[in-house]
Amino acid sequence: MAGHAGRSAGTATSAPRVSTEPLAVRCVLIGLALAFLFLFLIAPVVMVFSQALGKGVAAYLAAVTDPEAMAALRLTLIVAAIVVPINLIFGLAAAWAITKFRFPGKNLLITLIDLPFAISPVVSGLIFVLLFGARGLAGPWLEAAGWKVIFAVPGIVISTLFVTAPFIARELIPLMQAQGAEEEEAAMILGASGWQTFWRVTLPKIKWGLLYGVILCNARAMGEFGAVSVVSGHIRGITNTLPLHVEILYNEYNFTGAFAVSSLLALLALVTLIAKSLVEWRSNHNPPDRREKR
Amino acid sequence: MGARPKRILPGFGLSLGFTLLYLSLLVLIPLSGLVLKTMTLSWDQFLDTVTAPRVLAAYRLSFLAAAAAATINAVFGLLVAWVLVRYPFPGRALVDGLVDLPFALPTAVGGLALTAVYAGNGWMGRFLEAHGLKVVFTPLGIIAALTFIGLPFVVRTVQPVLQELSSEVEEAAATLGATRWQTLIRITLPGVAPAVLTGFALAFARALGEYGSVIFIAGNMPMQTEITPLLIMSKLEQFDYAGATAIAVVMLAASFLLLLTINLIQWRSQRHQTTP
Repeated sequence: MAGHAGRSAGTATSAPRVSTEPLAVRCVLIGLALAFLFLFLIAPVVMVFSQALGKGVAAYLAAVTDPEAMAALRLTLIVAAIVVPINLIFGLAAAWAITKFRFPGKNLLITLIDLPFAISPVVSGLIFVLLFGARGLAGPWLEAAGWKVIFAVPGIVISTLFVTAPFIARELIPLMQAQGAEEEEAAMILGASGWQTFWRVTLPKIKWGLLYGVILCNARAMGEFGAVSVVSGHIRGITNTLPLHVEILYNEYNFTGAFAVSSLLALLALVTLIAKSLVEWRSNHNPPDRREKR
Repeated sequence: MGARPKRILPGFGLSLGFTLLYLSLLVLIPLSGLVLKTMTLSWDQFLDTVTAPRVLAAYRLSFLAAAAAATINAVFGLLVAWVLVRYPFPGRALVDGLVDLPFALPTAVGGLALTAVYAGNGWMGRFLEAHGLKVVFTPLGIIAALTFIGLPFVVRTVQPVLQELSSEVEEAAATLGATRWQTLIRITLPGVAPAVLTGFALAFARALGEYGSVIFIAGNMPMQTEITPLLIMSKLEQFDYAGATAIAVVMLAASFLLLLTINLIQWRSQRHQTTP
């Protein structure tokens, strides 16, 4: 049963190893790995910024502050601000139910949570068009009520909710499984209420894992393309998110604009990576459950 | 399981109830809507749609490109994980953080950037096309995009396993007279094989459905560089909802199958770990 916790602190021995390769082989392998990473990861990111700034800073600023780009940025932020808190609550509820209690069908439930990860983004968008679209199952009813979901902001929010649903739950479940329920049970026996136990005992133990999940969920919510593309309708200034705006500019051969908007998203990605590394570093150097280990 | 176990902690009903309600509303009901929509097609209509030559060509391309990208990722992902875990070198922490870039970078931006790098006038494209290798608007470009988005799956699955794999066993093998090569093939590789396989399957599953990063670099020519998700998209744009749904059901079945395979691999490798 002793499942190993996710990210383990890298405590490599500093003693010379019998089991390693000659220096030359090591250098070749490191070189190969770095060359591969350069070709596929670093070159594209550098390309985004060099293309965005290729026509000068003034052109870059003009492209970034374009009203349509600003509207897209605003929509992207609004969608993330709605989606992340909802999936945070879902992640906490799912992880609490799955890790603190025993019930039949638990593995099925975990698979169900994973499902949105396995489904193509385009299919994720399609299922909501079939449900809420003008000719969808709930379409006529929605129309009678005067609500527009598809080709409108609610559709973008719902499909983003679907695509990002697993992130926080998947981060919390293994973490809380490894921590067990003994400390919570002790708190309850000592007279704490359920919410007190959650806020004072559970939350401090899982805060770094939670933050990690939130960061990943947020990055995906802001960057989702396929699912949102299906339900958005690409109405400029109204249902256009930043990633969709990139595509529109690119299809109009406005390459400077496309890369300028891309650079905003690339910046978001870099901030995400830095925040993620900080969280990993904090949780490795200050594991909250270490002092309580027997 | 029959008798109600004694529960000390509260919130079982609330948390499980909310989880089930949320998943039903967001995942189960919409997915059954997809199946329901397929039911409105007759069996012949369904077969005609999902076996049309253009659709078959898209399946083949999606499947082969995803398999090729996942294979590249399995090899280089293992290499990257190995280098990151075993060889200390300056800037290792930075490289380690960078591996997650495809998770953090919106796929559309990744695709756009790769297109610029590998286009005929790009840094790499100029060099490759001088040697007669065209990447952009060919299946090679699709493989490049899918390799980009799949890399972290393999690295992040293999890395913790390599870390856990104690070097003591390797040292024992070396002490008992095994050459380094024998140790790697007989001791290390079998240890990480399930993780590499899981990473391969995860990267493959993701690549099969990927849309955003591919459409920029693929050129999207029917029968040649048109991937399956794009086909769904173009059917939707023509308001052919039934056709889009039929293809989506086939993709969904493939997703389920892959998810099952991944869980099976993980379940088997966990059992092997607990029973030495």
